[in-house]
Amino acid sequence: MEKRAHISGWTLPLLLILPQMAITVIFFYWPASQAIWQSFLREDAFGLASEFVGFENYVSLFEQPEYYRAMTTTAIFSSLVAFFSLGCALLLATQADKNIRGGHVFKTLLIWPYAVAPAIAGVLWIFMFHPTLGTLSKPIKAVGIDWNPMLNANHAMTLLVLSATWKQISYNFLFFLAGLQAIPKSVIEAAAIDGAGPLRRFWTVIFPLLSPTTFFLLVVNIVYVFFDTFGIIDAVTGGGPAGQTTTLVYKVYADGRLGGDLGGSAAQSVILMIIVIALTAIQFRYVERKVQY
Amino acid sequence: MVENRPFAQFMAYLTLALGVVIVAFPVYLAIMASTFDAATIINGNMPLVPGDQAAVNYPRALFYGGVHAREPVAGMMFNSMIMALGIAIGKILISILSAFAVVYFKFPFRKTAFWIIFITLMLPVEVRIYPTYKIVADLGLLDTYTGLVMPLIASATGTLLFRQFFMTIPDELLEASKIDGAGAFRFFKDTLLPLSMTTIAALFVIQFIYGWNQYLWPLLITTKSSMQTIVIGIKKMITTTDALTEWQIAMTTAVLAMLPPVLVVIFMQRLFVKGLVETEK
Repeated sequence: MEKRAHISGWTLPLLLILPQMAITVIFFYWPASQAIWQSFLREDAFGLASEFVGFENYVSLFEQPEYYRAMTTTAIFSSLVAFFSLGCALLLATQADKNIRGGHVFKTLLIWPYAVAPAIAGVLWIFMFHPTLGTLSKPIKAVGIDWNPMLNANHAMTLLVLSATWKQISYNFLFFLAGLQAIPKSVIEAAAIDGAGPLRRFWTVIFPLLSPTTFFLLVVNIVYVFFDTFGIIDAVTGGGPAGQTTTLVYKVYADGRLGGDLGGSAAQSVILMIIVIALTAIQFRYVERKVQY
Repeated sequence: MVENRPFAQFMAYLTLALGVVIVAFPVYLAIMASTFDAATIINGNMPLVPGDQAAVNYPRALFYGGVHAREPVAGMMFNSMIMALGIAIGKILISILSAFAVVYFKFPFRKTAFWIIFITLMLPVEVRIYPTYKIVADLGLLDTYTGLVMPLIASATGTLLFRQFFMTIPDELLEASKIDGAGAFRFFKDTLLPLSMTTIAALFVIQFIYGWNQYLWPLLITTKSSMQTIVIGIKKMITTTDALTEWQIAMTTAVLAMLPPVLVVIFMQRLFVKGLVETEK
């Protein structure tokens, strides 16, 4: 797309674009290229000298069992959160899409968790499910489960999935609702005249027409779990117990900060960059094509 | 509604009401906890109706802080506010100017410039966190507001949003203003800016929430507790040994931390939805 009319001169536009260029180069390209460069270096323990080691950081990364565990954790975490938050949001959106009185009030009451910081969401959930003082831990313990997210990795993961899902439902809900409202009523009426009941209409008409939204949200949710849940993990489990809820992003942080292994941390950053670029590329391809049947 | 089904209507209400209750419950619990004293919470039998300690907890949190992490929450909220406003205003400023340049001018390397900005869309700050930290440290920007804000405005969302919007403005407006003898500056100020107001407001709402809720970046670059943002401050309150955690103060702080962005979403819902939907396109 191009504008037909233009303003002449080219020193002014260069000046206009300069602030963004400067900030982008200093705080984006420079660090990103540093990350790539560092991933080929090994620093000594004091950070005084470094030598070029080629792909050694990557090789040793793929020799660590912890790295594979972080991958598995991330995969499990993101699929569970994506599944539950998309499912709940779709259910709520289809209900809110029915012409019911007070629909917009429900909308307001459902979207505000978007504004809660991930770390705060984590704090709220750990308070609710705290092993000794949590309001909801008591009923769990009453049915005989020794609930303790601080010691039991499965419990910790459950708590993370719950808090991350809680925070993401509002976002998915908004987009699903917009998607549903964009479906022409005539299509649904036609299906109804043909004798399709509400469930049948949903699966054969509405759901397929909603697929671009669903696909878009799926990618966004995966990216969300990869990056934005850092605050939740740090607040709820700190990657524990025993590193069992450490995701890929959390490991970049923990290895660089706590372990001081900058080369290894940089190598992990580069792998993450590749994953995000791939995800974004997939999204652009499909959004262009408008997935539909 | 295609057909009238009272039962379906009823189920819709029920599902939505249930959804609202589940979504609101964690926050309700936090609000309740902010009205009790430490002992009531720690014994694990906190009532679900408000207590009478709110008048103690809120001033205590705001002006004194926790016993172990002694830093007044009012100061943290101030830092968060500066950071959120800095990110929102900074991003709007640099991106409206660069979008104006990219859309309305023809200059060498215009496409290249656009792509250089566009690529930043793909990589969140989390993946380049340590190198960015090092650069900010080398520039002497640790524990400064500039250091908190700058790296987070290096992103393309705003530029893309404004570019998209400018493309929908009819070319005739530029032609007319040229005929009237207006230069680039006049056109920007008198035509483009007034037309962009809703877009600016929508972007502001989204970026304010984004900035207020930042966690990893401020966690790394603030070493002085006086520079902490509230989202980090609250986490520090609950990491001290479990038994010593002052839950009533931590929960009071959580409520205070949620207040500004949640109010923004509720009262500027239309702008919020617009901003959210359009920045994601």
